[in-house]
Amino acid sequence: MVSSSSGASSRPSARAGVEVRLEDLKRRYAGVTALDGLSLTLAPGELVALLGPSGCGKTTALRLVAGLEETDGGRVVFGGEDVTNVPANKREIGMVFQAYSLFPHMTAMQNVAFGMQLHRVGVAERRKRASDMLELVGLSPHAHKYAHQLSGGQQQRVALARALAIKPKVLLLDEPLSALDAKVRARLRDEIRRVQLEVGTTTLFVTHDQEEALAIADRVGVMQSGRLEQLGPPMTVYSRPATPFVASFVGLTNRLNGVVRDGAVEVRGTRLPLVQTDATNGPAVALVRPEAVTLAGEGDSTPGPLNGTVIATAFLGATSRVTVDLGDVTVLAQLATSDAAAHPAGTRVRLALRPDPVLIERDEAAPDHA
Amino acid sequence: MNSARRLRLRIFRITVFLVMGAFFLVPIGAMFEFSTRGNSLTAPRTLDTWTAIIKVPDLVQAISVSLQLAVITSVAMLALLLPTMVWVRLRLPALRRIIEFICLLPLTVPAIALVVGMVPLYRWIKINVSESILMLAFAYLVLVLPYSYRTLDAGLASIDLKTLTEAARSLGAGWGTVMLRVVVPNMSTAILNACLLSVALVLGEFTFANLLLYENLQVAILYQSFVSAGTSIAVAVAALMFAFVLLLILSFVGRPRERVARAEEAA
Repeated sequence: MVSSSSGASSRPSARAGVEVRLEDLKRRYAGVTALDGLSLTLAPGELVALLGPSGCGKTTALRLVAGLEETDGGRVVFGGEDVTNVPANKREIGMVFQAYSLFPHMTAMQNVAFGMQLHRVGVAERRKRASDMLELVGLSPHAHKYAHQLSGGQQQRVALARALAIKPKVLLLDEPLSALDAKVRARLRDEIRRVQLEVGTTTLFVTHDQEEALAIADRVGVMQSGRLEQLGPPMTVYSRPATPFVASFVGLTNRLNGVVRDGAVEVRGTRLPLVQTDATNGPAVALVRPEAVTLAGEGDSTPGPLNGTVIATAFLGATSRVTVDLGDVTVLAQLATSDAAAHPAGTRVRLALRPDPVLIERDEAAPDHA
Repeated sequence: MNSARRLRLRIFRITVFLVMGAFFLVPIGAMFEFSTRGNSLTAPRTLDTWTAIIKVPDLVQAISVSLQLAVITSVAMLALLLPTMVWVRLRLPALRRIIEFICLLPLTVPAIALVVGMVPLYRWIKINVSESILMLAFAYLVLVLPYSYRTLDAGLASIDLKTLTEAARSLGAGWGTVMLRVVVPNMSTAILNACLLSVALVLGEFTFANLLLYENLQVAILYQSFVSAGTSIAVAVAALMFAFVLLLILSFVGRPRERVARAEEAA
């Protein structure tokens, strides 16, 4: 569940977070551009998720903010202070890694206390804060266990507690859930969000899992080839993708051939309004979300452009995803499970496309109805 | 059938253990037997040669010097290799093959060739730096390099070095803290093993010391054998036993954490 709809809203429990600014960050590896001028400002206390396929530069961006790698250009600013040339250990960051990163020779408690010890926090205060942090992540009973005695999910919780114990200016999460199994992942995801809201630390979260990003972020930044394609609240990124890449990466998308004419795209007899209103006339591929496709039963078959046969139904819980074969192309439709049950595999159905504004993609190879 | 296979495996294990045990123990036993003989075949058993060890000043001196060399070599080896290997793994992975080649090189060069190469160097050291036998530590450092490298490399490979160091750095640790509080404790077994190999090599070293005209333990044993064969053999056995005990101690020291953890797990 997405808690807030409008970016970083005021939260009563939030402690003062710090504004984090990435300015025109660049990074190249042996001739390959990993980050191509990334600019991004995180409001104090905000959780921004960077989402993208592997190799899009999201992890590089995070490592530059952490100071674990050096920039080839641009600046990193924490609360007005330029930290671009500050080494990682002086940046006051908290980081949770993809790989399990607990120190194997220390107990959970010692792991959490380690950072505070380096920050010269007194013994009594250190012990108190460490047990508070372990309680915050629900691991008090396991305080004296070693990493190998904890499950993957527990280890990542301790890692989160350890990162937050030093009261960092920024919390950096580098795909912390990707090594966990699906159920633990969903639970820990919500837990991370709860903890983050409670402590109010500005957080940058990197993931390739769109569900994760959409579920817990205040804003989602979709990245491709070292650039930010779109940055906005999860709802906007999903329902109003700015580019075809965002549309196809976030959520499922049907790609249907059509023709642009007078500010709308005609797909198999249905006119759909355009997001890019300035598109020129001509053939194009329309990107239609599965939930914009509705099904109706068909009495006697009148073969038409939107008539087809159900070939599969994927049960997802409250909703189901139905695959319909239109002869030359298959279309995904997402419906309430009760509606989908009316159209088992093998039945003929008529499709309708809801006239939501759609994005179009122009692909030189695609047009076959010139 | 399963139990039959287990039995066969057990017999095989016991056989290997006995054969290897005999291989090591028979010569040592024979040496011990020889060192306790009196002056003739019919003379009664005596520990005279063993008590003589501490009465020969040259021997005592040589034992002390060899122990010092062992400690210096081990410490220098760790100080040189560990930070280098960590740094190469983290920052200069392209250099790893080259470093490995350099470290393993002494293994391929016969000791005698190494020494001949070092003679002019040591002549210079004796004139310009110091005549102390402890200068041999430099040569021994080269000698122990391949074995220590291999052991430490295996230790480093067994931990997720990159993630652990980055986690420590994100928590505010400088490189010194990273090394001493994160890397070293997590590869303590490998470090102990590397030290053990170095100590064993240094205690048993003869060629370098002899040809560079220093008197370490093995050289002293040789000289002693001209005076009293029994005593020299007694020292040799003692040195072997010392290395053996050291190995035993080190292999137990490396383990307490795991045992504690396992005990907790069982509880």
